[in-house]
Amino acid sequence: MDRIPILKMGSALLVTIQVDMQDRLAMALEEDLTTRIAQTGARGVLIDISSLEIVDSFIGRMLDSIAAVSRLLDARTVVVGMRPAVAITLVELGLTLTGVATALDVERGMALLGERIAGAEGFDAGDIL
Amino acid sequence: MPVTSSDTMEIRTSDDIVRVRQKVRDLAVGIGLGLVDQTKIVTAASEIARNTLDYGGGGTARVEVIEEGFRRGVRVTFEDEGPGIADVTRAMQDGFTTGGGLGLGLSGAKRLSNEFSIQSAVGVGTRIMIARWKSG
Ligand SMILES: Nc1ncnc2c1ncn2[C@@H]1O[C@H](COP(=O)(O)OP(=O)(O)OP(=O)(O)O)[C@@H](O)[C@H]1O
Ligand SMILES: [Mg+2]
Repeated sequence: MDRIPILKMGSALLVTIQVDMQDRLAMALEEDLTTRIAQTGARGVLIDISSLEIVDSFIGRMLDSIAAVSRLLDARTVVVGMRPAVAITLVELGLTLTGVATALDVERGMALLGERIAGAEGFDAGDIL
Repeated sequence: MPVTSSDTMEIRTSDDIVRVRQKVRDLAVGIGLGLVDQTKIVTAASEIARNTLDYGGGGTARVEVIEEGFRRGVRVTFEDEGPGIADVTRAMQDGFTTGGGLGLGLSGAKRLSNEFSIQSAVGVGTRIMIARWKSG
């Protein structure tokens, strides 16, 4: 079975979702990602959906659940590159993805992750001191 | 209402949902629907196709280009011979689900379409029609 490639970028994992992902691919992604987070100790996950022409409730739920599971493994998820037409449609569908952080592109997503990771680490350090 | 193109597709696996989406997209592009309208009707079709597979046990999607006067639209009619829906009014409400979903598929698909109709009978099956017109 095909797998969606997961790349490591510093302390983050980057996933680029290809056009019209099939359901079983989406399900495998969730599993693969959690395994990789645990293996690598990644602190962040970037999911690039810029090639997705639509996001329906199935994909929306997958994004939400990846974000929730990653959080439990101490990694933050940022979904990047949502197309404007997809955003408009998602809101009308009623899916606002409240549990998922978003950024316009990979660069901004990395910046956002950097802030969060740094912020969290600063907080931890303060706790120890 | 004149129908200028019609294709009936099987929905048996989740790959079929991808094919239905692509067909709807092709017809929507073909009649010149704008990008946002395309995205809306393809997303609505994806929701109903998934319900047809998950709850209806599979079925068919008839994907058509329709005409009325000078305007054209894309219409998709989903049919299954599954268990049917006992209370359609409730099923149409945001958040109602029997499948552990978000309960947004039916209500969302209706919002994303210009036309929507649903007929369902317990033990007989379900038929849902969605359509989107090219505006102006
Ligand atoms: N074709 C069908 N046959 C039988 N029951 C159906 C069918 N389509 C929908 N239903 C019923 O209507 C309910 C609502 O459907 P809807 O698509 O709105 O939500 P969902 O599929 O449960 O969740 P979501 O679509 O948000 O993932 C379903 O849970 C199911 O009980
Ligand atoms: Mg549904």
